[in-house]
Amino acid sequence: MPDTDKTIISVQDVTKRFGSTVTAVDNVNLEIKEGEFFALLGPSGCGKTTLLRMIAGFETLTEGAILIDGDDVSSVEPTHRPVNMVFQSYAVFPHMTVEENVGYGLRVVGTPKAEIDSRVKEAIDLVRLSGLEQRKPNKLSGGQQQRVALARALVKKPKVLLLDEPLSALDAKLREAMQLELVRLQENVGITFIIVTHDQKEALSMANRIAVMGDGKILQIASPKTLYEYPSSSFVADFIGQVNLFDVTEQGIAHGELTLTVDELGAVVLPGVDTSRTYHKLALRPEKIGVARDKPSEIGLVAIPAKLVEDSYIGDQSHLYFETAGGKALSASVQNRDRDDHHLNKRGEKMWLYWHPAHFQPLSD
Amino acid sequence: MENWRNNKIAFFILSMPPTAWLMIFFTLPLAIMWVYSFADRGPQGQIELAINFDNYIRAVEWIHLGIIWKSIWTAAIATAITFAIGFPLAMGIAFAPPQWKNALLLMVILPFWTNLLIRTYAWIAVLRTRGFLNFGLEWVHDKINAFFALFGLTDLLGQFEALDLLYSHNAVVIGLVYVYLPFLVLPIYATLEKLDKSYLEASLDLGAGHWRTLFSITFPLALPGILSGCLLAFILSMGTFLTPDLLGGTDSEMIGNLIARQFTSSRDWPFGSALSFLLLYFTFIVLWVRATMADRNRGPV
Ligand SMILES: Nc1ncnc2c1ncn2[C@@H]1O[C@H](COP(=O)(O)OP(=O)(O)OP(=O)(O)O)[C@@H](O)[C@H]1O
Ligand SMILES: [Mg+2]
Repeated sequence: MPDTDKTIISVQDVTKRFGSTVTAVDNVNLEIKEGEFFALLGPSGCGKTTLLRMIAGFETLTEGAILIDGDDVSSVEPTHRPVNMVFQSYAVFPHMTVEENVGYGLRVVGTPKAEIDSRVKEAIDLVRLSGLEQRKPNKLSGGQQQRVALARALVKKPKVLLLDEPLSALDAKLREAMQLELVRLQENVGITFIIVTHDQKEALSMANRIAVMGDGKILQIASPKTLYEYPSSSFVADFIGQVNLFDVTEQGIAHGELTLTVDELGAVVLPGVDTSRTYHKLALRPEKIGVARDKPSEIGLVAIPAKLVEDSYIGDQSHLYFETAGGKALSASVQNRDRDDHHLNKRGEKMWLYWHPAHFQPLSD
Repeated sequence: MENWRNNKIAFFILSMPPTAWLMIFFTLPLAIMWVYSFADRGPQGQIELAINFDNYIRAVEWIHLGIIWKSIWTAAIATAITFAIGFPLAMGIAFAPPQWKNALLLMVILPFWTNLLIRTYAWIAVLRTRGFLNFGLEWVHDKINAFFALFGLTDLLGQFEALDLLYSHNAVVIGLVYVYLPFLVLPIYATLEKLDKSYLEASLDLGAGHWRTLFSITFPLALPGILSGCLLAFILSMGTFLTPDLLGGTDSEMIGNLIARQFTSSRDWPFGSALSFLLLYFTFIVLWVRATMADRNRGPV
């Protein structure tokens, strides 16, 4: 977690256009705190890489300014910026050994030999590559090359480490291991990490804070939990995990509390929600929905009968797809606590779906 | 569908024409030359078949060794200069904005569309005593003189003396550089083009300047292309005969000219054949060295 409140990177009204037609980054504002593990999350082509490359200095800004540790870096070459980058392709120099790769950034600035040796050794230990110092990159696995790229950047002791989809080339198992390792590493070295990813699980599990981007714009910046539980728009709600969306047909206030009317459910009371805004949608996460054969008797729950149309078993969970009498599709995900439980769900079966209205997230768009 | 390579008859029929073509127009003449290289020259220049090494022994006499050595030396200098011009050129094209690349490449290849003889004659027009180069230099010279004359320094640089460039060794080198530049640029361009630009960005990102990146990253990674390009320029320069013939002076004779003369005025085909094969063997050795070097680079480390 960030230990200070100091802003290390400040992105101010930054816009990047390629030619006159492509606006890759559209008026972005960001404040990244020292020691944060920050994620830029968004679908392919939304401008994440471009934003990262502007921070590193490989793209010029069309408008706006970027401050690193308080200094405007718009006229500073990448060579002289106090940030380092881990490239998506790793870009580990093929003609140098692991040791030479890691030491490169120190050699080129004339660091004394003894200091290079000790810092290189330290960095190699940090990423657990000891014993492979003399290997050439073509004799390393993808995960090991990744570590070389990490060590090579970390050895420079940058103020900020930029990582562009660092795990996308690894297989699922290794990716999970590397996620944990990156978090551990970041806590050890205390350097600010900015990671670009289009994998929402990766962002949620690693970052302290996440900026969701869409079409060059920042849509929401929040902690993983807030982002998932309280998304600010249907794009964010839909991009981060699965979501059921209900169209709001009527908005009112009853006993001082917000009441939204939804076709399938009638009036829903949402205590404690800002009544001054207009809402168009209600979002509900599939795992918040309970599934039962009989109508739950507990009061205060929203309950609706629905027919099971599809049952997709994915091991720990099953995703159940329902259709209400009115034709509304709803998805629920249930934990498979009992080994044979999921076999009980038969297609076409009528069931009751229920949840607490507090799980509803009203959306304005 | 069945792979046509697996169908023996189809493979045989399809590979017949190219094989026959190669046999008749390449292998066979080469074999004849090889046989000739062991033959004797008759009194009227006719070929008297025999098996002796006289021609090869003659080839390594001092006078011929001198020409061979001169050829190697000239080709080496020409290659070095071609590289000094060609590498930055290849880099410029490889790193140019995408919409410019094809136009730039075309400009490198364009001279190929004109006959070599005509291009070489054009150089004569440029280099001779009353040629374009000397006209240009004279013009600059006169302007400088006129400029200083304004300050009362009349005739500061003295009378313009035309450079005697044509029919000299320098003219040959200039000609070789010009003719073989595309052969060097294209392989280097191809490697640079394929090179993942993130290696260069990573180097800059790690604090290396542009020169350091050039020497520590670009050069080593483009080495295969650089070697291919330089060898091509070198081998082609070695065997050239037109350039020294047209642009060179009396002492500019290269092995290509020596060989050409055996087949023309000297009417000594056996000796010409022997010289040709020596040149061929030399080329093979150079290529073999290159291949083993490449193997060593790829081998275990
Ligand atoms: N050099 C360039 N010239 C023109 N357009 C570009 C250039 N680089 C990026 N773009 C465009 O800018 C937009 C954003 O690209 P960017 O690479 O930043 O996306 P991204 O979010 O990193 O996507 P991905 O997840 O696929 O890597 C895209 O529409 C892309 O086509
Ligand atoms: Mg990207």
